[in-house]
Amino acid sequence: MRSSLTSANRAGWAFALPGIGLILAFIITPFFLGVGFSLSNQRLISPNPTRFVGLENYRQMLDIAVVKLQAKTDAAGKVITNAEGETEFPRLRAITRNPDTPQYRGMQEWFRWVSGDTAHVVIASDVVFWKALLNTCIVVLVVAPVQAAIALGLALLINQKLRGITIFRTIYFMPVVVSIVVVSLLWRFIYSGQNGLLNNMLSLISFGHFQPVDWLGNPHTALGAIITMSIWQAVGFHMVIWLSGLQTIPPTLYEAAAIEGSSKWQTFRYVTWPGLRHTAVLVLIVITMQAFAIFAQIDVMTKGGPLDSTQTLVFQAVQRGYGMQNIAGGSAISVILFVIVLVISMIQRWLTRER
Amino acid sequence: MSVIGSDNRNLRLGVRYLVLILIALIFVLPLLFMVMSSFKPSDALLRDSSSLRAFLPVGQLSLDNYTGAFERAPVGLFVFNSIFVTGTTVLLSLLICSLAGFSFVFLHWRGRDLMLSIILATFIVPFETIAIPLLLEVSKLPWLGLDGLSWGWLDSYRVQIIPWIADGLTIFLFVQYFKGLPGELIEAARVEGASWFQIYRRVVIPLSGPVIATAAILKFLVMYNQYLWPLIVVQQEQYRPVMVGLQYFFQLNPAWGEIMAYLTLITVPVLAFYLVLQKAFIASIASTGVKG
Repeated sequence: MRSSLTSANRAGWAFALPGIGLILAFIITPFFLGVGFSLSNQRLISPNPTRFVGLENYRQMLDIAVVKLQAKTDAAGKVITNAEGETEFPRLRAITRNPDTPQYRGMQEWFRWVSGDTAHVVIASDVVFWKALLNTCIVVLVVAPVQAAIALGLALLINQKLRGITIFRTIYFMPVVVSIVVVSLLWRFIYSGQNGLLNNMLSLISFGHFQPVDWLGNPHTALGAIITMSIWQAVGFHMVIWLSGLQTIPPTLYEAAAIEGSSKWQTFRYVTWPGLRHTAVLVLIVITMQAFAIFAQIDVMTKGGPLDSTQTLVFQAVQRGYGMQNIAGGSAISVILFVIVLVISMIQRWLTRER
Repeated sequence: MSVIGSDNRNLRLGVRYLVLILIALIFVLPLLFMVMSSFKPSDALLRDSSSLRAFLPVGQLSLDNYTGAFERAPVGLFVFNSIFVTGTTVLLSLLICSLAGFSFVFLHWRGRDLMLSIILATFIVPFETIAIPLLLEVSKLPWLGLDGLSWGWLDSYRVQIIPWIADGLTIFLFVQYFKGLPGELIEAARVEGASWFQIYRRVVIPLSGPVIATAAILKFLVMYNQYLWPLIVVQQEQYRPVMVGLQYFFQLNPAWGEIMAYLTLITVPVLAFYLVLQKAFIASIASTGVKG
């Protein structure tokens, strides 16, 4: 017996070792390396030795402050306004270059709001990082609920007993197997401001009343355009996960609901939805993780522009870590991204826990 | 009364199909546009995009865009690279992850449960968050080749293959599936004196068709569609896969006809593969959900 156990022990290790070794080398090691690099000044290629810099990379990125600017006044103490009647404020450099406020040195304006004769200016040492963080959060906050809801709607449609329904299932899933890179390049043409397919089709439907929009060239529409395309590409994936959840709900429950004479909404609310609890957690976590990782769309379609309106965390991590060979900076963004993903998936798990 | 009832039912059925078809058009039309445009000269393509002709095979159709694409970039090489990297990774992944799954389910060894939970914990690490440190790591790794020891894995096939062989999801899929196999079969084979490897090869693998298909399809999709990783670890044309090869077509004045030809060329085989095996494709995605 003992010999059989030791042989199982040895065989067990031997069978599992290649897999464990590869995961250790290419997932777990780089994860911890990333944490280490983010505390150093590591570069991809550098003549200087790597130094430990503590939290300096994080401070550089996360430093943010709100400063107040008082409107300029004339000798009589009256607020000065310019030709358009707008209040005039002193230049921001009065603060960021002031030797009396060294903590604001080198910081730049992100945005401001004006109330009366005071302007509140949000300044940060790394404005692009904050824009990327904000955009990434917008993507997640929009994509997670919208894509999950559309996917559920499609799954309910596809779950009907109709002749030929599998043809529709096959079609709705089709974009999932197409590379996001291919999709992004294809949609660059669709979104194009001149001759773009979308503008042309909208103008066709509205009999020429639609004014063409340069969807990816306009800072107000670019991120929305990328989000829409991403949902188009990925929604079939989550439809299939919802569908497999729907099919685990026992038909007897629906029969019982029908006998009780419950309406369609009541059936959904009291039979379907409770049966989908686990699926909902999974779908939300998967979508959230995918949305946080958004990269290829940005790289192919906008490179973060126009005016940084489509910067995202992964795009910035790659730009710094690879483009500028700043492994430390790229790693620090990656660590921040990982912490956010971890916290959000824990919150989602907690919100949808069994009560 | 009954006539009205059946009319009503037909109408409702018609509306249902209408909704299904309209949604289907949203998914199909962009892809249809891509394929149709790949056969049209660039100026005709732009002209057609202002009407429904965009989705139809009308006008002067030719394969000129395809020959143009092959002239602009070494398309054949890119396709070969992608197929080679994808194929090798899928095969090695099936072998190594199924061995690990077998060990986790059927063999008893010290540290097994701890190892399994560590591997499952790697689920929550998105690749994008380790890409940058991994880039530095692989740039320093040693390699023992035919021409001796060398350092650095950048610009090679191995850098595109080896880091992608083992992953938590694939091992997890095998573990879940093996747990469902009847344990008596393994015990019987053991009593007959079969070695663990014989049991793996002769008993377990022949019963594992469905999970092998699932794992292979998921890995195939990930590998064929790789973009971020080859973008940062491969500079030389010689090792470039299809998705990174697309960069040859990014320009100030894009030749849309050739772009559409290239997109069609690298997409249609995958779509055809999917349409033939669509049940297995959809089942593989679903299986990542049911047991998660």
